[in-house]
Amino acid sequence: MTAKVGVVVFPGSNCEHDVVEAVDAIGGTGELLWHKDCHLGDVDAVVLPGGFAHGDYLRTGAMARFSPIMAAVACFARDGGPVVGICNGFQILTEAQMLPGALYKNQGLRFLCQPTMLEVESTSSVLTRELVRGDQLNIPINHFEGNYICSDKTLAELRDNNRIVLTYMDNPNGATADIAGICSEGGNVVGLMPHPERAAHPLLGSTDGALLLKGLISGD
Amino acid sequence: MSAMFDVTVEVGLRDGIADPEGLTIERVLPALGFSGVSGVRVGKMLRFVVEALDEDEARQRVEAMCERFLANPVIEEVGIAISGMS
Repeated sequence: MTAKVGVVVFPGSNCEHDVVEAVDAIGGTGELLWHKDCHLGDVDAVVLPGGFAHGDYLRTGAMARFSPIMAAVACFARDGGPVVGICNGFQILTEAQMLPGALYKNQGLRFLCQPTMLEVESTSSVLTRELVRGDQLNIPINHFEGNYICSDKTLAELRDNNRIVLTYMDNPNGATADIAGICSEGGNVVGLMPHPERAAHPLLGSTDGALLLKGLISGD
Repeated sequence: MSAMFDVTVEVGLRDGIADPEGLTIERVLPALGFSGVSGVRVGKMLRFVVEALDEDEARQRVEAMCERFLANPVIEEVGIAISGMS
C-alpha cells in the first residue's frame, strides 16, 4: 500500500503538480485536494504547496488560512497527521497559527530564485526523520517573503525543543537564526521555504529534495 | 438605531522589526536632496465603513477584525481611527 499524499490547491497555488509528480516518483501517490473541500479523504499526509494562494492579498497566507479545507487540515495535524507547508504553504501555516512566527519580505527586497545549501538541524520532523543531523542538502528557494521572524521567546522554544529543522548555510533572505524550516512540537507539522519538489530528479540538478519527501511517505 | 462610521486602519510593522522597504526609502531620500529624514516605516492603510450602534461598538468590532484578520500580531501593530459619518 503506497502512502497517499493530499496536495491542497488554493486559487493561485502553482507548485501543486510538481509536488504530485515528485511524490509519485519516490513511490507515493499524490492527489490534488481543492481548498473548498471540507474533508481530506483517506490521505496519509498533506502538503500545502507553493504559489500565491488567494493572490497573497492582505498578507501571504492571510486569506488561505480561512479556506474551508484548513479546518480539516488543522484537525488532521492535531491527530498527529503529517502536514508540510512549502514556501507559500509555510506562510499559510504560520498565519493559521499551526506554526509560530511569520514570514516577511526578504532583507534586500529581492525576489530570490536560486539554489541554496541547507543543513539538517533536527531529525525529529516528518521531513527529516530519514536524515542525519548535519546532512547538507542542495534545494532551491523561490520567494519574496521568506524572511522568518519570531520573538526571542519563540526562538528559544524552537531551539530548546529541537524544532528548527533546516537552516541556510548562507542566509539569503535575512531569516532569524538562518531558519529555512521549522516544525511543530510533535514534529508532524513542518514549514519550509525551500522547494524539495524542485530538487527531486537528476534533470533538475539535485535530488536532495526527494530525501525530504521520502520522510513524508515513510510513515512509522 | 444604528449609525455608520468611517474607519481608517493603519497597519505597520512592530517596533524592533526591520523594515527593508522603509530603510531603502530612507537611503534614497538624501540622494534626491531631502536630507534630515529618519525613522521611515512603510505600512498599509485600509478604509471602510462600519455599521454599529455607537462608536464604542464600532471600535470593538474593528479591533476584533484586526486581531483575527487585518493584521498579523506577530509582526504588525495597528492604529484605528473612527469617526461618525456626516
